[in-house]
Amino acid sequence: MTSAFSQAAQARIPGLIARYAEKRGALLPLLWLAQEEQGHVSEEAMKEIAGLLGLTPPQVYETVTFYTMYNRRPIGKYHIQVCRSLMCALVGTDNLLGWIHAKLGIKTGQTTPDGFFTLSQVECLGSCGTGPMMQINDDYYERLTQDKTTRILDDLKREGKCPLATGPFMFPEPTAK
Amino acid sequence: MATHEPLLLKNMSQPGYTGSLADYERAGGYQALKKVLGKIAPADITEMVKKSGLRGRGGAGFPTGVKWSFIPKDHPGPRYLVCNADESEPGTFKDRQLMERDPHQMIEGMILAAYAIGVRTSYIYIRGEFALGAKILERALAEAYQAGYLGADILGSGFALDLYVHRGAGAYICGEETALLESLEGKRGLPRIKPPFPATHGLFQKPTVVNNVETLSNIPHIVNRGPEWFAAIGNPPKSSGTRIFCMSGHVKRPGNYEVPMGITFREMIYDIAGGMRGEKPLKAFIPGGASAAFLMPRHLDVKLDFESVAQAGSMLGSGGITVMEEGTCMVWAAENLLHFFNHESCGKCTPCREGSSWLLQILRRIDHGKGKMDDLATLLRLCGNIAGRTVCAFGDAEIAPITSTLQYFREEYETHIREQRCPFQPQPAPELISVGHEERP
Ligand SMILES: Cc1cc2nc3c(=O)[nH]c(=O)nc-3n(C[C@H](O)[C@H](O)[C@H](O)COP(=O)(O)O)c2cc1C
Ligand code: SF4
Ligand code: FES
Repeated sequence: MTSAFSQAAQARIPGLIARYAEKRGALLPLLWLAQEEQGHVSEEAMKEIAGLLGLTPPQVYETVTFYTMYNRRPIGKYHIQVCRSLMCALVGTDNLLGWIHAKLGIKTGQTTPDGFFTLSQVECLGSCGTGPMMQINDDYYERLTQDKTTRILDDLKREGKCPLATGPFMFPEPTAK
Repeated sequence: MATHEPLLLKNMSQPGYTGSLADYERAGGYQALKKVLGKIAPADITEMVKKSGLRGRGGAGFPTGVKWSFIPKDHPGPRYLVCNADESEPGTFKDRQLMERDPHQMIEGMILAAYAIGVRTSYIYIRGEFALGAKILERALAEAYQAGYLGADILGSGFALDLYVHRGAGAYICGEETALLESLEGKRGLPRIKPPFPATHGLFQKPTVVNNVETLSNIPHIVNRGPEWFAAIGNPPKSSGTRIFCMSGHVKRPGNYEVPMGITFREMIYDIAGGMRGEKPLKAFIPGGASAAFLMPRHLDVKLDFESVAQAGSMLGSGGITVMEEGTCMVWAAENLLHFFNHESCGKCTPCREGSSWLLQILRRIDHGKGKMDDLATLLRLCGNIAGRTVCAFGDAEIAPITSTLQYFREEYETHIREQRCPFQPQPAPELISVGHEERP
């Protein structure tokens, strides 16, 4: 059987399991590891993890399905997650969704035909003072305007990264006295 | 305006401060640890924290030293300390800043806490979305191990501690401490029925303390400068110390501000956060995160401390203050928050699971011009059937936006129903924002 984990990832597994008094404690970390490897957590990966932790596959599945961040099937290369909660909505979530729609032609739940971008709305991301904001894969983008949004999407498509990603976070930024 | 010296944000407020170990040590970091290890007895640290009057910054405001003293003294086997870095309460974004900009401050606090309660293994439970924060913490932990602040024999004192980062994966309820422990054990994040409390039956059924990021970040300062000094800051005896308030919504200068507890909302909103963003007057504000009841302009002179906000009928909660200007639709605001609560209800108990979806449906109906006058009584009845009848405090949280907006803005609900439309323009484009129950793929 081929493993869901690369050799480098496999080497990390025993160390992760050793962090917990009961093996099952390593379940979330191993699911993260699988998702880092494959972009999502496949059923094969779940079975393999179950074997590693002495669990049944349904026990793993039961946990996976509780958490929104584990993707159970492949998604677009860039997962745009727009915060829809109140503090961002007060300062323009709807504008942001409009700008994304104008640029990419997709609405919530859709993926661009080239498979590059998937758009989701999510609840508060812990950046409520710097809305409207979105997370794309691991990166936060805050205090968005139409220009910034367009540039971010362009950069990601062309370069695979964008310097407008924010953090380490502090707001307001300190000013020299 | 109250004069104040920042405590937790002091280091990071220096231009150029990176949060590296070298920067932290240069600013006096890890001095508290050196002062304590091998020199002060663990029980005396707990006593010191008790005397400081420090109360939890995670939401409930429980006295920290008292919580530590609940850990059984001679319990065999391991015990645990968990830092609650789940920060998911809408309106709250201070822990993220504390972790990303000054991670060692929190880590030193954790080592001191672990020493005080006799812990050898400890975890930082950080919400999954904070990928950068997790990376920064991993780097800081590696530095701390390297420097001998963590590991088998810390600074040659014989005290040993291992500290790990554990990432959540997108579930608000995992901020509730017993759900957090379930999640750490690799299970679905369902809150446990209490008692027993984590102090005796926590992680893997062992004695466990769960403390918030900001709470733990205060510990080195209390040790360095003494409990009496700390106890005198703010509004003692019940609300000692500073707090980082997260300002959001329609203010000119949103962001994190650290102030001594006891200043008024007026000072916070109009002086520190620069006042209202547009020319419009203040309509309402949320004083302590999405779980706190709305307050009104007439509450502007209420003090920002635990007791005063509770007396005004709300709570200081997580320290997230959200300001709303005249023209903001209160039905829409409540509906938005109920979308959150409905999405995040863990589903363990019926009043919360079923109630949150009914509440959302009724609010949506009213906001979209299809409400009936009977709906208002139904809303209140549903809220009454949730209050105090759930496994965790989420139930009481989800009804706060509804009961408070109905209390202060009942006529606004009635106008929606009478005119069969929302009287506020412009409204967010409905096809974009109200596309239903979004799930990730
Ligand atoms: C629904 C719910 C969500 C919570 N979310 C958080 C959270 O994100 N972060 C946090 O520190 N505490 C949160 N709490 C409070 C914790 O249960 C717990 O009281 C806190 O972590 C204790 O730390 P403290 O004593 O230092 O405040 C939440 C509580 C409830 C009921
Ligand atoms: S009150 Fe809600 S969130 Fe809390 S245990 Fe019950 S269903 Fe879960
Ligand atoms: S409300 Fe959008 S990040 Fe908190």
